[in-house]
Amino acid sequence: MSMAEQDVNAKKKAIRLIIERQDDPNSPPYSETFDIPWRAGMNVIAALMEIQRNPVNAQGEKVRPVAWESNCLEEVCGACTMVINGKPRQSCSALLDQLAQPIYIKPMRTFPVMRDLIVNRSRMFDALKRIKAWVPIDGTYDLGPGPRMPEVDREWAYELAKCFTCGSCVEACPNVNERTSFIGAFALSQARLFNTHPTGAMHKKDRFEALMGEGGIHECGNSQNCVQVCPKGIPLTTSIAAMNRAIDGYAFSGWLGK
Amino acid sequence: MATATANHREFLFRRLHTLAGVVPVGLFLLEHFFTNATATEGPAAFNNAVNTIQHIPYLHVVEFVFIFLPLIYHGVYGLYVAYTSGYNAQQYTWLRNRMYALQRITGVITFVFIIFHLWTTRFSGHEPNFNFVHNLVSDPINFWIMVIGVVAATFHFSNGLWSFMVHWGITVGPRAQRISAVVLMVFFVLLAFIGIDSLIAFVQTA
Repeated sequence: MSMAEQDVNAKKKAIRLIIERQDDPNSPPYSETFDIPWRAGMNVIAALMEIQRNPVNAQGEKVRPVAWESNCLEEVCGACTMVINGKPRQSCSALLDQLAQPIYIKPMRTFPVMRDLIVNRSRMFDALKRIKAWVPIDGTYDLGPGPRMPEVDREWAYELAKCFTCGSCVEACPNVNERTSFIGAFALSQARLFNTHPTGAMHKKDRFEALMGEGGIHECGNSQNCVQVCPKGIPLTTSIAAMNRAIDGYAFSGWLGK
Repeated sequence: MATATANHREFLFRRLHTLAGVVPVGLFLLEHFFTNATATEGPAAFNNAVNTIQHIPYLHVVEFVFIFLPLIYHGVYGLYVAYTSGYNAQQYTWLRNRMYALQRITGVITFVFIIFHLWTTRFSGHEPNFNFVHNLVSDPINFWIMVIGVVAATFHFSNGLWSFMVHWGITVGPRAQRISAVVLMVFFVLLAFIGIDSLIAFVQTA
């Protein structure tokens, strides 16, 4: 038997998953261990599908299959984000061969847990509404073409547009907890994105006002975990500092202008 | 925008908190260390420096408005910030997250230390002169409490300056923030050295 074959056989034995589960939003969490057969190229979702197919835990007891959410399977929708081996990430792009065993899987507890690994990320969408994370183009008549966006700005702004509201930055942030109302790094970065867009900039002040309000930019404590966990490598801390500069300037000129 | 100014209180409090930490509390820390460092030049130099301070016009008003008031605000609001903050540096061990936790821990240590420090010096009823400080820090327990206070306060000030520059939009990009972090850690080491060196001078020269 060649080395490669031995390697494959060793892995074939089993993959051990230790999953933090919860039956409903109000019941206490508990931990359950599963051993599943290894296949080449498996991701965490494939492992969860294996449990769904054969919902038997490591003690050999038949249990309720583990519930999770997933959609795009190519790391652009954010639905399958969970805490894998201590870090929030998308389970579709988490390959088992690249993870230390046993693999610990938990839901993102910064959000309300609905069931097992399913969380409710509504607070993120509410945050996007609060900061008006869109370009307003509707009118009662044809408003004509908007102003053009300079290419030099479009280049870096595109990086911010890669945010898919997955929740990793919110999960890793120490300042998002039950004692604060911090809106989260993604919202600050999205406000910067839409303030950069020439048409979006028409609502610049509304976004500044929102971010000076409850849970706004001042709640950021610069732990910079957000930029470390962002799956798209969005320069979140740069966005936060740039928004600090813009909002402090806005606040000062506002007070001095009164 | 009817609610424009209605809910900006927290924003204002937070910005005042970071500002107060640097101007005037941070500036006072530098002045305080400068005065203490004159002890390395001998008792006469220190007593002379203390004498100069004692002759600042309206000293009690200056002390209250520029030191006590901002210090109490920064300290008490800082305790609230430290309480509302979460701590996850054991799960996310990146340097900045550890510094975030250390900033809050050293803040609380400095707060407790300053109360003790004021109790044993400013409000102890003694004349502030070299002999008094010499007797105070010659007690090893007091000496080591002072060392802890110096290290905690200088770290809190140096690392606080780092986040001050982020909060006020001075250092925006990752390169600027990396360079400011290195410069300020060198600043911390120098400041802590000056503080401890002054303490040693107070002990050794009688």
